[in-house]
Amino acid sequence: MLTRMARLPRSFLFPFALAALLIALAACAPAATPTPSTVTLTFYYPVAVPGPITQLIDGYITKFQQQNPSIKVNAVLSGGYGDTLTKIQTTIKGGGTPPDVAVLLSTDLYSLVDSNAVLPLDDNVKAAGGDSFLNDFYPAFLANSRYQGHIWSLPFQRSTPVLFYNKDLFKAAGLDPSKGPANFQEMVDAAKKLTKGDGSTWGLEISSDGIPYWLFQSFVIGNGTNVVGAGANKVTFDAPPTVQALQGFADLSTKYKVMPPGILQWANMPNDFVNGKAAMIWHSSGSLANILKQAKFDVGVSYTVGEKGYGAPTGGGNMYILKGIPADHQAAAWKFIQFMSSTDVQADWSTNTGYIAARQSAYTTQAMKDYIAKVPQAAVAPAGLKYAGAELATHNNAQIQKILGDAVQAVLTGKAAPADALKGAQQQADQVLAAFKD
Amino acid sequence: MTLPPRAHVTRNERRFRFGAAALPYLLISPTLLFVTVFTLWPSVRVLYDSLFLQNQAVQVPRFAGIENYTALFQDPAFREVIASTVIYVLATVPVSVLLALILALLLNRKFRALGFYRLAFFYPTVLPMVSAATIWLFMYTPGYGLVNVFLEFFHLPSQNWLGSTNLALIALIILGIWKQTGYFMIFYLAGLQGLPHDVFEAAQLDGASAIQTTRYLTLPLLMGTTLFVTTIAVVNAFETVDQIYIMTGGGPNNATAMLLFSLWQTLFSFLDVGTASALSVILIVVLLIFTATNFVYTERRATYE
Repeated sequence: MLTRMARLPRSFLFPFALAALLIALAACAPAATPTPSTVTLTFYYPVAVPGPITQLIDGYITKFQQQNPSIKVNAVLSGGYGDTLTKIQTTIKGGGTPPDVAVLLSTDLYSLVDSNAVLPLDDNVKAAGGDSFLNDFYPAFLANSRYQGHIWSLPFQRSTPVLFYNKDLFKAAGLDPSKGPANFQEMVDAAKKLTKGDGSTWGLEISSDGIPYWLFQSFVIGNGTNVVGAGANKVTFDAPPTVQALQGFADLSTKYKVMPPGILQWANMPNDFVNGKAAMIWHSSGSLANILKQAKFDVGVSYTVGEKGYGAPTGGGNMYILKGIPADHQAAAWKFIQFMSSTDVQADWSTNTGYIAARQSAYTTQAMKDYIAKVPQAAVAPAGLKYAGAELATHNNAQIQKILGDAVQAVLTGKAAPADALKGAQQQADQVLAAFKD
Repeated sequence: MTLPPRAHVTRNERRFRFGAAALPYLLISPTLLFVTVFTLWPSVRVLYDSLFLQNQAVQVPRFAGIENYTALFQDPAFREVIASTVIYVLATVPVSVLLALILALLLNRKFRALGFYRLAFFYPTVLPMVSAATIWLFMYTPGYGLVNVFLEFFHLPSQNWLGSTNLALIALIILGIWKQTGYFMIFYLAGLQGLPHDVFEAAQLDGASAIQTTRYLTLPLLMGTTLFVTTIAVVNAFETVDQIYIMTGGGPNNATAMLLFSLWQTLFSFLDVGTASALSVILIVVLLIFTATNFVYTERRATYE
């Protein structure tokens, strides 16, 4: 064997020699670290907002590893939320080992429990202080963490929709730039004054592509109701205040003519806003940093509204521990998600991205206070969490969210009346959810 | 019962006969292996899976017969999927094939900057669909997209192309035609350059006009190319998925949710393996019927050429 290899040209052997060297090095590496029993965690995280997300995450991991020398975290950028969920679900279906920790939508809870993919965190939470540990998290962000008497995830990157408005255009139109509209009627009145008839400036733009149900929930919650709440197998799409909310959404372009007709694209909203094409937009609080960076005017931030006042759903991702990982990994994984949802990390994460810190104590840290002194708009979204309701989350979530989204789009494109569309959506949703007991 | 006259065949002869018989199988075995592993087996498996309920509510597959199929055919959303797929096929196939033929006829002669024109029409083919879709997504943007700037130049109203149920599918059809016409044009150019010269010389001597030559000679002689190109166009149309994912996500209100996109969504978004398998079987059957018909038709035509 050796003699035969010796006859091969040097260039052919080089890769093998290199590989052998690397394997030897890799074999030596663990021996070099002080603790022989290192646990290596795999952590999947999606990127959903612009910014140097990877650098931030890597920074937190370095800090975590310094504090916990026996744990190594392998962070894997796993695409978008949908890709991450798909990767994990197909791994489990195929009999493979899932990552130890993953950031997934808070609303993926029921799908994950249904496919037996995640571990309940009750014992860990109890050991960390039980309710006194949980009470520091904003209650709105824990709304989609509890199911069947268990707690399944900790909030990590959370947001709500907010209303961004152009203070310069407000002043020019004779409106008070110190505050945004307090309810639907005020928003329409302001938008009428802001809209220029030639189409160069619209009073308001609210997107309705991608996940239309999300911003629609702002109208619904602002109308004093919600589309979910009575259980993971129940939705109420066709209640009168919800029909009214959808009518209001459609009226913005058809009756009041303060918004462009048709389906508006989520990705275009910040551009239209910073270019002065739209005087007000509804967008994720997570877009704040990006909008402030680009806008050449004074940006106001307020709350999304319905007829009865402010209202918004929550949004964003939580951290889950996956099932089927070894026991020592479970303990390490809990340490890791506790660290990532800690006050300091959440404060830093929030100031660098625009996500709302998941813990109330994050807003008492010096770093956060300094940031808010500089960017007062960042204080708006967390203060508005008291108006927030639960995001639409049920069993078979993607399908239920699509059913409601389709009804919203059907009405906004003039294909159906709100009452009919929502009644149809309710029937479809009932049919899908009939297979689930609770 | 009589035994075969084995005694007459020597051992060497037998080995030779076996070898001769095995050779063809040996030669096709790599292809056969790949076709079996990557085409036949998945098809059989998908057919099998389509007979089971397996989704978020039913985690352990449960035999359901043709329930997945009956549920699909009763679903109004599936009818919309079929309708938009059929519209897309009927719109993109004839238009892009015809345009490709016209372009090829125009570019199949010598004039200045010929290479530039051929390149200009062919370059959309070289672009990956994902890049093309991203470019067109921007071109269709209300307000500053190129398409609307063009419309406004002629004092036509700006349109929300991807945000209207009536226009979104048309917007995808335009992109589809733009993307594949150049590709088909290349096949026609190759076909035109391979035509026999003698018949055209004879036609010229007989005093046939350019239109007559095209109508009675060029087009019939290009029939083979047309059938080939049409097959590719139809398969392309059924397999449209990248641009939908990037540009519309199937919306607004399912207006652009075509068959393959719907399949992707059912499997990877709704995690409904049973329904997705049934959709796959339907897609396979439709394409098989089309390809078989086309194949038989081509075989028959070939005898006249």
